[in-house]
Amino acid sequence: MEITAQAGTTDTVRTYETPEGIELQLRLAGPIVRACAWAIDLAIRMVAYGLILGVGSFFGGIGTALILIGFFLIEWFYPVFFEIRTGATPGKRAMGLVVINDNGTPISFSASVIRNLVRAADFLPLLYGVGLLVMLANRDFQRLGDMAAGTLVVYRDEEEKRGELPDVVSKPPPPGLTVDELRFFIEFAERSEKLTPERRWELANLLQSVTGEENQDAVNRLWSYAKWLTRGR
Amino acid sequence: MHQDAFEQHFEPVWSELGDLLDQLERSRFRRKVDAESATALPHLYRKVCNHYAIARSRRYSPALVAQLHHLVLRGHQQLYKRRGAWLWRLLAFIATDFPRSLRSHGNYFLLSLALFLLPALIIGGYCASDQDFIYSVMSADQVEAMEEMYASDNARPGRTLERSSESNFVMFGFYIFNNIGIGFRTFAMGILAGIGTVITMLYNGMVIGGVAGHLSGIGYHETFWGFVSSHASLELTAIIICGAAGLSLGHGMLAPGQLRRIDSIRRRGRQALPLVMGAALMLLGAAFIEAFWSASAVPNTVKYFLATMLWLLVILYFVFAGRGAGGNR
Repeated sequence: MEITAQAGTTDTVRTYETPEGIELQLRLAGPIVRACAWAIDLAIRMVAYGLILGVGSFFGGIGTALILIGFFLIEWFYPVFFEIRTGATPGKRAMGLVVINDNGTPISFSASVIRNLVRAADFLPLLYGVGLLVMLANRDFQRLGDMAAGTLVVYRDEEEKRGELPDVVSKPPPPGLTVDELRFFIEFAERSEKLTPERRWELANLLQSVTGEENQDAVNRLWSYAKWLTRGR
Repeated sequence: MHQDAFEQHFEPVWSELGDLLDQLERSRFRRKVDAESATALPHLYRKVCNHYAIARSRRYSPALVAQLHHLVLRGHQQLYKRRGAWLWRLLAFIATDFPRSLRSHGNYFLLSLALFLLPALIIGGYCASDQDFIYSVMSADQVEAMEEMYASDNARPGRTLERSSESNFVMFGFYIFNNIGIGFRTFAMGILAGIGTVITMLYNGMVIGGVAGHLSGIGYHETFWGFVSSHASLELTAIIICGAAGLSLGHGMLAPGQLRRIDSIRRRGRQALPLVMGAALMLLGAAFIEAFWSASAVPNTVKYFLATMLWLLVILYFVFAGRGAGGNR
């Protein structure tokens, strides 16, 4: 498997290198959030069972046959149906999760069928006992079904709205800083929108040795550097 | 190049890819995209991959990098997705892939067959000669229900009196629900180092053999064999195939060889899936026969004749189907 953990970190981001030579980042979902998704799905399935039972019982023998076939399909193929269409069951979707192949592509039909058949083994002896143990022992939070199918459950990547950089006069940053250090100026300017003014001051004051200013003046100075870096003078 | 100029210069490419992906991510019937603009995807995608790599290496702002990463991720998913032709794939699966897959799992099939057949013959033999031995295998209630199902005076063999009024359709639904579920579980339990599958196969062998032996021993053989012979070829073979799939999975778990254990399981899973899907189709056919034909009042000679034909067909299918072209076996 080509997925690798970033060296020296204990976080749950996995990177996968595509044939184009770039790295995709996947954020794995843990047992708790997956259990919540399962609970939502369970509720939906219960409603579906109820509906089938209610409608089927009006149609005598054929109705009973359809009830049994419906139960069979929901028990085994409810997740498959949704996973191959949108990558997630309604429960997972509600929790912001998606199932993918471990190379970052959308889950394939066969992988989805395997992971949902092996669910029967994960469920043992009671409420996913085996599945939970295996997940906790596994680096990628895979239950047995995920291992057999080669799938991962990850957080859906939401696109964030990019804010405008603050409008200030651009100033060149002091010399002698590395590229990565310069990048922090831009990151700070982009994050500013989400921070309270006091927190901005607090952060900017940490760099007093660089800016030589305090509070709002320091913030403005950092914004100026960021503007210079992204737009020039 | 400053980030701003970079963005202004390439923004049209990004929005073009974004719009195309918006279309492609919709369901097939709601997307408004012609074949020609869809062919632009690989080109656009690779361009944006390039921009993403540049943005990262030039340390452009994290927000820009995140925006490009999101585009690239979506493009990757669309480009490397498998699509369509499912009906053709299903036919090709039945005609070639399924029997080929079984032949490549020949050893597991024989092992699964032995796990089923040995207890069936031994327990069956005991039950046929000793009428009380069946109580060591099943509870008294189960024995009573089973005797009732195949009593010579039962007009609907294979169903208890309680169920005899149920229509064939109900039984069809029941056989699907029950039998295919058993097949799936037999496979899934294989991942527990094969133990689950071995136990399931032994247990099924004991119970089915015991029932057959007991009923033959007490003289219900006309109703019993008349009922089961028609669908046995499909049903029993399918369960044994599910057992073979589970055993292969268990073997991959126990003895991964030169692979990592997780890769070994994944590979076995992929290889065994055709067996399970094929077996499910067979169980569907068996359910149909069992519900609409096995319990009918057709004379036993006709049933036996057709049952023999079906056994021959199943054997010929698995031995010969899908051989030939390109040296495939």
